[in-house]
Amino acid sequence: MTETKDPRDPEALDEIPHFVSKEPFNPDAEVVLTAEQEKYYMAGQWQLMWWKLRRHKIAVAAGVFLLLMYLVAMFAEVVAPYELQHRDVRHTFAPPQGIHLFHDGKLVGPFVYGFNSKRDPETLQKIYTPDMNKVNRIRFLCSGGYRGSEFEFWGLFRGDFHLFCPENNRKPVFLLGTDRLGRDMFSRVIYGSRISLTIGLIGIVLSFSLGIVIGGVAGFYGGLVDNIVQRVIEVLKSFPRLPLWMALSAALPAKWSPVNIYFGITLILAMLDWPSLARAVRSKLLSLREEDFAVAANLMGASTKRIIGKHLVPSFSSHLIASASLAIPEMILGETALSFLGLGLRPPVTSWGVLLNEAQNIQVVVLYPWLMAPMIPVILVILAFNFLGDGLRDAADPYK
Amino acid sequence: MLRYIALRLLVMIPTLLAVSAIVFLIIQLPPGDYLETLIAEMQSRGEAVDQNQIAALRQAYGLDDSAVQQYFSWLFGLLQGDFGWSFEHNRPVSELIGQRILLTFVVTFSTILFIWVVSFAIGTYVATRQYSVSDHAATLIGYLGLATPNFLLALVLMYFANQWFDTSIGGIMDDEYRNQPWSWGKMLSVLEHLWIPVIVIGTSGTAGMIRRLRANLLDELQKQYVVTGRAKGLHPRKLLWKYPLRVALNPFIADIGSILPEVISGSAVVAVVLNLDITGRMLLDALRAQDMFLAGSFLMFLATLVVIGTLLSDLALAALDPRIRLSGGNTR
Repeated sequence: MTETKDPRDPEALDEIPHFVSKEPFNPDAEVVLTAEQEKYYMAGQWQLMWWKLRRHKIAVAAGVFLLLMYLVAMFAEVVAPYELQHRDVRHTFAPPQGIHLFHDGKLVGPFVYGFNSKRDPETLQKIYTPDMNKVNRIRFLCSGGYRGSEFEFWGLFRGDFHLFCPENNRKPVFLLGTDRLGRDMFSRVIYGSRISLTIGLIGIVLSFSLGIVIGGVAGFYGGLVDNIVQRVIEVLKSFPRLPLWMALSAALPAKWSPVNIYFGITLILAMLDWPSLARAVRSKLLSLREEDFAVAANLMGASTKRIIGKHLVPSFSSHLIASASLAIPEMILGETALSFLGLGLRPPVTSWGVLLNEAQNIQVVVLYPWLMAPMIPVILVILAFNFLGDGLRDAADPYK
Repeated sequence: MLRYIALRLLVMIPTLLAVSAIVFLIIQLPPGDYLETLIAEMQSRGEAVDQNQIAALRQAYGLDDSAVQQYFSWLFGLLQGDFGWSFEHNRPVSELIGQRILLTFVVTFSTILFIWVVSFAIGTYVATRQYSVSDHAATLIGYLGLATPNFLLALVLMYFANQWFDTSIGGIMDDEYRNQPWSWGKMLSVLEHLWIPVIVIGTSGTAGMIRRLRANLLDELQKQYVVTGRAKGLHPRKLLWKYPLRVALNPFIADIGSILPEVISGSAVVAVVLNLDITGRMLLDALRAQDMFLAGSFLMFLATLVVIGTLLSDLALAALDPRIRLSGGNTR
């Protein structure tokens, strides 16, 4: 036989020398992570969530939109050209004016056409027709100097600076028309965002605290406590929300100040919202407390408070944030519906629902359809919150 | 199964009791009562107030009793079909709400049917054509439907009906049938008007249901047995109808518990906008005027409707899904 060894030959196997590496054993040497992989595996849950959310284009767009809306709400005085209660008595129920750029074929920058108004001799209704000779230019980043332009920023200091403003009171700019008192709808919608957008946030903080505490207690202790909480939740959930909201807000004393009413309404909204959150917290806790890390913490003698606060809550807080962002729009809707029915906030407090209250009568809406304008931000904001919430919910499961 | 039904019925009793206690608490919340409001109103108009008559009324309705006593007399009245007296309308509550309750029931029931039929059709269609144009369109419309509050949708529809067709779409029946006894004409008139409120109230529920059905069906369609069936050459339609669809249909019944309160909530506000003779407007007025027995009866009725609806859906689910009835008791 020649000496060519075939490794597949079983007899030849004996002759392969026994090999022992002299290097010390290093379990990590097997798989070398690239820098990118390492970053991924070492990233915390929030980092992972953010990476995943960033890929969800619509959710990001919705988030940016909401951020903008909240900025607008913060600086409402600057964004709105007119002060909230400013009345232009010569322009009651004026229709919205479209923005134009060219006049007579020449570029004059953004402007609106003024009105000619006359009264209908029979119905006494004011009829406005756009006057193609009146060019009301829009100024940008301007200090006002016209009636209704001065404001008190957050009630702290006076100001007269606007994002955009009309030239003067003779040449008004009403982008969304005016209401029955000649108040600029656009400005009112901007101011209304302040109430409408914050009521959801404050409400969610309330219902969040209630939901986490109650759901946490039920989920962690189980047994009788859990049973009682479950029954209470079931009873609260079997109420149709809006009628109950209506009944509760009708019970708010009429003598209360607007601020009290505002907090009363948030409290009412939160009172019916916490059960679903509590339920989510409870079921999450129930499954998490059986996990190894919770058992280990328990065996090491960690207190209940520490286990819940330090180990359990952080591991499902991302889920909670997702469900909160889906609950905020419900609260905004609730406030809008209540105020629309005249049971919620009342003027002079201005929210989108309060503004829509004026559009309750169909006869009015047919004559002045622009009174329905506050509907647009309502729908957009709710849509945005839903998109963002969906994105967050997907992102809350980073390894999926 | 019998054991499950019995348990479920037993659980309902304390639930309803708790509901009635909460309702009573809420209608008692506003300071003062209807008679005090009435007296203040009459005095402000300069009318003489007959103290004796007021005292007699207070006596008759037990307004001076303790809250607990009032609660129990109200509760026993409810059990005997005596809903109390409406101060504002000066008539027994049962007379006022009888027809409204029936109409509320009709509207709710048809809305649920509408949600089922439409979301079944669209959901199935869309799930079998994932990422097609119709899928994206349905998703977009679904999001819009979820985001548009139904009372605003009602307002917009009314506006466009007025602008384009010059008709009013409000009301649940023609005016001539209002306050008339039931007849064929009245029923037909109700059916004619029913579809607008049904669509308005049902839109958001339908949108949610389509989303859920689509997600469930997509999950189911990726499972092994479907692949096996397809590999064996089963006809696509049969493959869809026979198993995946059946499994995916569970939420149709299970979700009634969450959709029903939504539908009833929606109908209360939409009724105000569309001027329907269901609970909406009268409940609103009763709440404003502190007409406590009327408001209380409405709230109680709406909550009971939800409780019974949830019970029915639980029972149906138990009949369909043996895992539930065999584990007994707790459904969730």
